[in-house]
Parts: sequence; structure tokens; C-alpha cells
Amino acid sequence: MRPLAGPLFYFLPMTASLFIEQILNGLQFGVMLFLMSAGLTLVFGVMGLINLAHGSLYMIGAFAAAAVAGWTGSYWMGLIASLAAAAMVGALVEVTVIRRLYHRDHLDQVLATFALILLFSEGTRWLFGPFPLYLDVPDMLSGTVSLPFGIAYSKYRLAIILMGLLIAVGLFMLIAKTRLGVRIRAGESDREMIAALGVDISKLYTIVFALGAALAGLAGAMVGTIQSVEVGMGEPVLILAFVVTVIGGIGSIKGAFLGALLVGLTDTLGRFLLPVILKSVFEPSFATSVGSALASMLIYLLMAVVLIWRPSGLAGKAA
Amino acid sequence: MIKSLTGIAVAAALVAGPALAADQAVKVGMITTLSGGGSGLGIDVRDGFLLAIKGNDKIEMVIEDDQRKPDVAVQIADKMIQSDKVDVLTGIIWSNLAMAVVPAAVNQGKFYLSPNAGPSALAGKGCHENYFNVAWQNDNLHEAAGAYANSAGFKNSFILAPNYPAGKDALTGYKRFFKGEPAGELYTKLGQTDYAAEIAQIRSSGADSVFFFLPGGMGISFMKQWAQAGIDLPVVGPAFSFDQGILQAVGDAALGVKNTSQWSKDLDNAANVKFVADFQAEYGRLPSLYASQGYDTANLLISAMAKADVADADAFRAALEAADFASTRGDFAFAGNHHPIQDIYVREVVKEGDVLTNKIVSLALEDHSDAYVADCSM
Repeated sequence: MRPLAGPLFYFLPMTASLFIEQILNGLQFGVMLFLMSAGLTLVFGVMGLINLAHGSLYMIGAFAAAAVAGWTGSYWMGLIASLAAAAMVGALVEVTVIRRLYHRDHLDQVLATFALILLFSEGTRWLFGPFPLYLDVPDMLSGTVSLPFGIAYSKYRLAIILMGLLIAVGLFMLIAKTRLGVRIRAGESDREMIAALGVDISKLYTIVFALGAALAGLAGAMVGTIQSVEVGMGEPVLILAFVVTVIGGIGSIKGAFLGALLVGLTDTLGRFLLPVILKSVFEPSFATSVGSALASMLIYLLMAVVLIWRPSGLAGKAA
Repeated sequence: MIKSLTGIAVAAALVAGPALAADQAVKVGMITTLSGGGSGLGIDVRDGFLLAIKGNDKIEMVIEDDQRKPDVAVQIADKMIQSDKVDVLTGIIWSNLAMAVVPAAVNQGKFYLSPNAGPSALAGKGCHENYFNVAWQNDNLHEAAGAYANSAGFKNSFILAPNYPAGKDALTGYKRFFKGEPAGELYTKLGQTDYAAEIAQIRSSGADSVFFFLPGGMGISFMKQWAQAGIDLPVVGPAFSFDQGILQAVGDAALGVKNTSQWSKDLDNAANVKFVADFQAEYGRLPSLYASQGYDTANLLISAMAKADVADADAFRAALEAADFASTRGDFAFAGNHHPIQDIYVREVVKEGDVLTNKIVSLALEDHSDAYVADCSM
């Protein structure tokens, strides 16, 4: 651990390894946010639907993973179960509830999907009880791995970064290169036209919704592994996912990716740097509490700045 | 005028009171968290309370779910006071909800018995004659953790807590007793679930130990991520992150961690032995400290009802102050600010068969009161 040359490090008691580790943490957080917001932005872009219940799908993924992993003893089975369960619940909800909302205004959508949150939360509590479930990192990914600059980084977090990047690449390919992707893009730009061209639009909608749900479920399982699998875990993430969607530009996968990384890095580095920077000016206890209060506002400030600069988001089409 | 009215009321109570005592039913409004995140805590408090009043037909319960939201809790409290006409309120888990509900309720002449939240604002200058805390003042378990850290020889702990009233009370409490110098001090966002940034700072801070107060899901997340980070430092915390409800979710990552609590399932007194056995028989799970607090709160209420009629506020208050009940904690008394004077223990997380639980290893603080009692004048 050697101090890095450069002005920042002259003033701050910090080593290069700590700084790089924080960047990795920010990336990992960003990648998770991407998995959450990809589905949200797709569903909004293609169907014009505001889905507040996206966080519930995240929770369902985590609970499915914890239940199946506990039952079979295999973490990987749990991960597959999270994808399957979230996709299935997503498809079911689309067919029974969401389908009726496409022609309603956003307020009705918000109301109906908020009702879904309550149903899913209490349903999950009824099924699994009020106490958090156990889900732990598989042995293979347990512990730390040594990286350059003397960093010991959690294997599991590194795996999340890699997996998230892989999924991002996969999604880009899906949207850019496949027939389904063409239809999704067409659905974003002109709904009536692709229906007129003979594409089964309701099937397309179900598929897009289930895809978004599956990604949220996977995110829930991966995060639930190192956090707590409990009722209500989805809502805080949902708010962040909306911030990402707005920053990135609604309906854009690329925007969601950029926005997610930006929010992940801003939040992590802000939480870490702000108190340190303030400490060089103010007395420590004041700096700590003001710094952490400021840090929790930082992503919303970021959102405001981005919206002033580009009102339709980083990758959004001009209105 | 007011004085003379009170005088008449007291006189009337003196005439009617003793004859009616122990016959009069009491209506209890319980506001607690029964849904969403953190519902495990509220459910344990409720179940502990209901266990103690089982078969008691003098207590009528109105139970409502506050969803962990201050505005919801305030609405419920208004409804319970105005239309349900409850005599006693209880149940709130979270300090921010307690701050929203308790001052208004006690000012309307209701009794409030806190089975959990004990914010410093209600223990010092803001204390009230009708407010009784049966659990602890928020700082207490953290003070005990600080005392334990001294005896364990820690010199520079890294300390962290969420940025809300109870979090500030926690770090203040720890530092009040800890004789070393904190290597770092962090406030995290309430409800934060990812602690990678904080853990990286702990790693590079050169601390010799970590003290954290992260109740509920936050603590589960922290401990799991801590275990993955591969840092070999001792961890100390209050019992909230190591209670029976969440230990199974933390898993083996919690094994061996020292935590401080006013209660433990292996406390050897008759009331506790009966409580642990009855709770398991009734609900099929091990009780947590929250359940013990709910149980003690109900027993305090029952003990006061045997001595005085709730309509006679002064007599009922005196009966509550006497704290004449068999606590699951053993010795229990109220200090001048109606907060407990009690022993606080150091527990260690152990495995009994497949079940993670706690056992007492030592006494951290004996007959401990709190730092705010002198500021309270009632």
C-alpha cells in the first residue's frame, strides 16, 4: 500500500489501493443497478408503462433463490430459480393485470402497480414468514482474491461485476442483432405500426415484461446473497433504478447502462470521499454527519444536473 | 382552576379507586411494525406481549400495523386515542416513530409503555411522567459495548451506525464508555444495504476492532459482507444485529461475535425460564430480546392494574413506578426518568445443534441507568 502521487492524495489520508477498491465497489453497485433498471426502462420504452412493482420482482427473485438454495443445497440452482420464478411471476402479472393498464394514464398505472407491491409483500410474508431468510455466497466464490496494488477484493463482488457486464453485452446483442430485438426497437418507436405489420404485439409485451422481470429477479438473488433477503427489500432499489432510468434516458438500454455506472460510482465515491474531504475543513464529528447526509443526496443532485444539461437523459431522444 | 379540578379528581379517585382496583378493564392500543421490512421485530414484541396477557380478560387489545412509517403511526395513535378510547399505548419499535407519537399521546393524558425505542430526547429534558420505557434507553447497550471493549483491550475501534436519532445515540453511547480513540467514525444511510465502501475504509483504517449498530436487515447485510471481505478483526455490537430473529439469516458469519444485551435466553431466573418455555410452546420458535421486552411490558402493566385503577392516573403511575413484576431480566427498577435500571450482559453467538443463538459470557454493566436521568425533572 503506497500513497499515489497526485494532488488529491497529498491532501487526503488515503492510499491508491483504497481508492481503486472503492471504484470497484462503485462498479459493482452500478452493474447491479443496471440489471434492475434495464427491465424498468425496457418496459417503459416499449409499453409506456410505469411499473412500481419492479422492486417486488427483485424480492421474488431473492426469495426464490433463498428457498431453492436452502432446499436443494445448491446456490446455482437457487440462481436459476430466481430467474425462472421472477420471469414466471412477471409473465403472469403481465397477462392478468398489467395488460389492462397500457391504455390507461400513468396515474392509474402507478396506483395499480403500487397495489401489486402491497400484494406481493404481504403474500411473501405470508408464505415465508416475517423473518429474513438465509442465503450465502457459494464456497467457490467465498473469500477474497488478490489484485494488483495489494488489493484483497471479495471474489463474489468481482463475480457480480463480470456477470453484470456479460449480461449487459448479451442484452445489447439481443436488442441489436436478433429478431426479437428488432421488434422491441420497433415497438419503442411506433407501437401501432408494428401491430399493423402483423407482429403479435401482446405476445411481444409479455416477453419483454418477463425478460425485465427475470433480470430484476436475478439482481435480487445476487444482491440478496450478500445482503438480507427480507420483505420490502425491493423498494429502496426501485427508487435508485428510477433515478438511473431518468438519468440514462427513458427506454434506452445504453442509457440505463451509463446511468447505472454513473449512479453506482457517484454514490460509492461520494459516501467515501465527502466525509474525508469535509474533514480537512471542518471538525471530524461535524464532517462525518454532514458528509454522510450530503452523500445520500448526491445521486439526486446528479440527476438534477443531468436533467438540466440534457432534459431527456444521457442517451434519450430529444422530446 | 385546573388545580382544583385535579384536586376533585384525586379526591374522587381516592374514594372510588381502591374498591375498583383490579376489577377495571384496561384498553391497550398497540402500534407496532407488522408488515414490510423490520416486521420481525414488531411481531416478536406483539407475540411476547400477548403471551403475557393470555387468559387475562381484563386487558382489551387494539393492535395496528404502523408499516414503519411515522405518518401512519401518528394516524393510528390519533384513532386509538380519539375513537378507540384506549387507556395505554405501547408497541413502537423505531425511535423516529416514537418521537412522532409519544409526546402527543402522553400530553393527552395517555400512558405510554415503550417495549423498545428509547430515544435520548425522551429520557432527559423531554421526559414525561406518563412515559415509561421498559426496554432500555437507546444508549445503554452501546455503553455496555464500550465498557466491554475496554475490558477486551481494544484501543482504536472503527465505529459506525445509521444516520438517524438512534444511530447517533449509539455512537455517543459507545464513546461515553470506550476509553480508546476511535480509528474512524461513520454514519451510514438508514436502510443502506451495501457496505462495501465502509468495509474498505475499515480495512485501511488500521483499527483493532469494529463496533457497529445496524439493526435488522442492515446488520445482516453488513455481517455477510464483512465475512466475505476477509478482514480478521473482532466485531462488537449491541444485540440488535444478533437477535434470535435474524441470526439464522446471518448464518455462520456471526459465530463468536460478542454482543451486549439486557436479556438472554439463558438468563437463569424463574420468570425467564418460564417465558422461554412458554414462548416456544406457544409459537414454535425461540424468543428474541424484543419478545422478552414485549412480555415484560405486559407484565408491568398487569402488576400496575392489580394495584390501581387506570382512571386514577396518579395511583396508576405510582403503581407503574414501583415496577412490581417478575422481569425476565431478573432485577428491574425504574430510574427517576422512568427508564430501566438493569444489568447488561456480554453475549457470544454460539451454535446449539443447527440453531444459532446467544449465551452469556460476562456482565458488562451492573445496575446500569442512563446518562440523561439528571436532566429529567418530573
